[in-house]
Amino acid sequence: MSERILLAHGSGGKLARELVEGSILSELSNPLLARLDDSAVLEVSGKLAFTTDSYVVNPIFFPGGDIGRLAVCGTVNDLSMMGAVPLFLSLALILEEGLARDDLVEIIKSVKQASEESGVSVVTGDTKVVGRGSADKLYINTAGIGVVAGDVEISGSRARPGDRIVINGPIGDHGMAVLSSREGFSFSSLLKSDCAPLNGLVADMLAVSRRINCLRDPTRGGLATTLNEIAVQSGAGIIIDEARIPVRDEVRAACEMLGLDPLHVANEGKLVAVVDAEDAEVVVERMRANPYGREAAIIGEVEPERPGKVVMRTRLGSSRIVDMLVGDPLPRIC
Amino acid sequence: MEFCGSHTTSIMKNGLRQLLPPNIRMVSGPGCPVCVTDNADLDKAIALAGVPGVVLLTFGDMMKVPGSRSSLEKARAEGADVRIVYSALNALQIARDTPWRPVVLVGIGFETTAPTIAASLLQAQHEGIENYFVLSLHKVCPPAIQSLLELEGVQLQGLICPGHVSAITGSLAWDFVADRYHVPCVVAGFEPMDILQSINMLVEQVERGESKVEIAYRRGVRREGNPKALELMDMVFEPSEARWRGLGVVPGSGLALREAFARFDAGLVFDIDAGPTMSPAGCICGAILMGVKAPPECRLFGKACTPAAPVGPCMVSSEGSCSAYYLYGEACV
Repeated sequence: MSERILLAHGSGGKLARELVEGSILSELSNPLLARLDDSAVLEVSGKLAFTTDSYVVNPIFFPGGDIGRLAVCGTVNDLSMMGAVPLFLSLALILEEGLARDDLVEIIKSVKQASEESGVSVVTGDTKVVGRGSADKLYINTAGIGVVAGDVEISGSRARPGDRIVINGPIGDHGMAVLSSREGFSFSSLLKSDCAPLNGLVADMLAVSRRINCLRDPTRGGLATTLNEIAVQSGAGIIIDEARIPVRDEVRAACEMLGLDPLHVANEGKLVAVVDAEDAEVVVERMRANPYGREAAIIGEVEPERPGKVVMRTRLGSSRIVDMLVGDPLPRIC
Repeated sequence: MEFCGSHTTSIMKNGLRQLLPPNIRMVSGPGCPVCVTDNADLDKAIALAGVPGVVLLTFGDMMKVPGSRSSLEKARAEGADVRIVYSALNALQIARDTPWRPVVLVGIGFETTAPTIAASLLQAQHEGIENYFVLSLHKVCPPAIQSLLELEGVQLQGLICPGHVSAITGSLAWDFVADRYHVPCVVAGFEPMDILQSINMLVEQVERGESKVEIAYRRGVRREGNPKALELMDMVFEPSEARWRGLGVVPGSGLALREAFARFDAGLVFDIDAGPTMSPAGCICGAILMGVKAPPECRLFGKACTPAAPVGPCMVSSEGSCSAYYLYGEACV
C-alpha cells in the first residue's frame, strides 16, 4: 500500500519540509524556486498579464490528462488569450488527508511536463493539508504572469462586423472525457481530454497577423457561452455554420445519449479567435501547421445585425439561436 | 402534434418550423415525463429527500424542477443527500455499496424508463437487497393521448407518435388513435430528416383521407414493440390512476408497484408529509402541455420564467416545450 498524506505533512514542520523537498522541489526545481524565500523576486519588463484559477476536477486522473496538467494549461491558456507570453506560475496545493503520495508525485510530474512544454517556470508555491472529507483528494490553484508585446491588443470587446470566427479543432472532448470517466460509461475509452497549452499556437498566429481581435478559450460553458460573451462584449452579432464546426463522432454520440449539446461542453485545449476577414485564411493555414491546430477551421463570422446574439445556420438551412449554458450539467470538470 | 418532448426539442433545435409551409402548424404535446409530473408528486420526492439517512437518487432533469415550496436542488443545498444517477442499475449499485442507508430512486419516466426500473427491482429482489426503494411516478402514454383527444379545443389532423416509447409499446399502441379518433399517426425517429419524413407521411394520409398508423422509424420500432421489456414491466408494475399536469387524473395512466414488490415501494414504506400542494400563479404549463397554448403566449415566458430561474417544469426539463422555445427561440432569427 502506498504511503498516505497525513495532516502532519501540512504542519510546516519536518514532515512538511520532507514532502515539499522530496516530492515537489525534486521535480520542479529551478533557480527562482530553489531559493525558498517568502516570495519569488522576478525581473520582467513590459506590459504584464496576471491571472489565477483554481482546479477541482473530479476525477483527478482522466483520459488525456490529470489535474496537474490541467492546472498548468488552464492558467497558461488564460494568459495566452490576452496575447501574453506566459513566464511564471505559482502552484498552491490543498491536499486531503489520506491522499496516496504516489498520486501526488504523478501529478507533480505532470505539472513539470506541462510547464516544460509551455516554457513556464513554477517560481513559488504552497502546500496545505486538510482533514479527510474537508476536500476531495487534491485541489490546485495556479496564478500566472506573462508579458504582452506592445502592439498586441486583444479583447473580447474588439469583434467587428465582417471578422471571421476561427476555432483550432473539434469541440467537447474535455467535458465528455471527464464526465464519462467519472460515471464509468462504457464508451469512456473512446474519449480523451484535449487539455493542452496553447501559447505556442497563439505565438504562431500572432507571427502571421496582428489583426487577431479576440481570443478566448471555450472552457466551462463551451463554445456557445464563449461566443455569446464575445457578442455581448463587442455589441455585435455572431453567425456560425453547424456544418463547419468540428465535433468528433464519439463526442457527438456521447452528447446525444446524455442529452447534452457539444456547443455547451467544456474544452481545455481549444481557442476561439475573431480575426479580420483578410487575415483569416493565413491565420488558419498557420494554425494547421501546429500540432494543436491541425483541424483549425473558420466556423462563422461577426455581423452587424442582432447585436449580442449568436445564431447558427443548421445543416438543413434553417437557423436558430445559440444561447449560453444555463446551470451546470457537468459539475467539477476543471 | 408531436407528442414527445424530444421531438419538440429536435424541431426547435433544427429550426424545422421555418422549413414548413404556412398551412402546416406543429403543436407540441405533453410527452415530457418531468413536465407532466404533478406538484403533489414532486413534493413527495422532495419530502423523501428530507427523511434522515435517506440517499435520494434522481435523473438529472428533476433537480431544478420547482415543487410547491422547494426543489431537489434546494433540498440538497440544505443538507439532503440528493444524487444524480444515469440509470436504475447505477442506483442499485449505490444501494449495494451503502447497505446501512435507505436508497430511494425517484422513478420518473414513460414506457422507456419503466422496464429498466422493473429490471432493477427484480434484481434487488433476487439479491435480497433490503435498502433499495423506488418512488414510482411512472406514466404510460396511450391513456394520456386518449384523454387529450377527448379534450375540448384539441383538434389534431395528425399525430407524430413518440419514437422511444413506441420501441417498447410497438406501433400497435396507437391503433386506437387512427381507428377510433380518425387521426393519422406516424411513429418518428429524432433526426431532423426522420421528423420531416413523418410530417410528409402525415400530409399524404390527410390528402388521401386516410387514418392509419405508419412507422417512419423502422430502425428502432416494430409493430409489436419489445415483448421482453413489456413482460418485465408487467411483472413489477400494475396500471393505476395518475395525475398529469394539465390533464388531471387519467385512469390507467400510472404504474404502481405490484403487491409482491410492496417492500420496495417508497410511497408505502416511508411516512412522508409533503404538505399542501400549491401551484405558481400565472404559470400556464398545463395549457402548454395540452397544446392549447404555445410557450410565448405565457406572460411569464422569458421574463419571470427562464431556464436559470424557472417557474414551471416546462422551462426546466431539456425536453420541455418552454425550454426548447426559449433556448432555440426562432422569434428573433
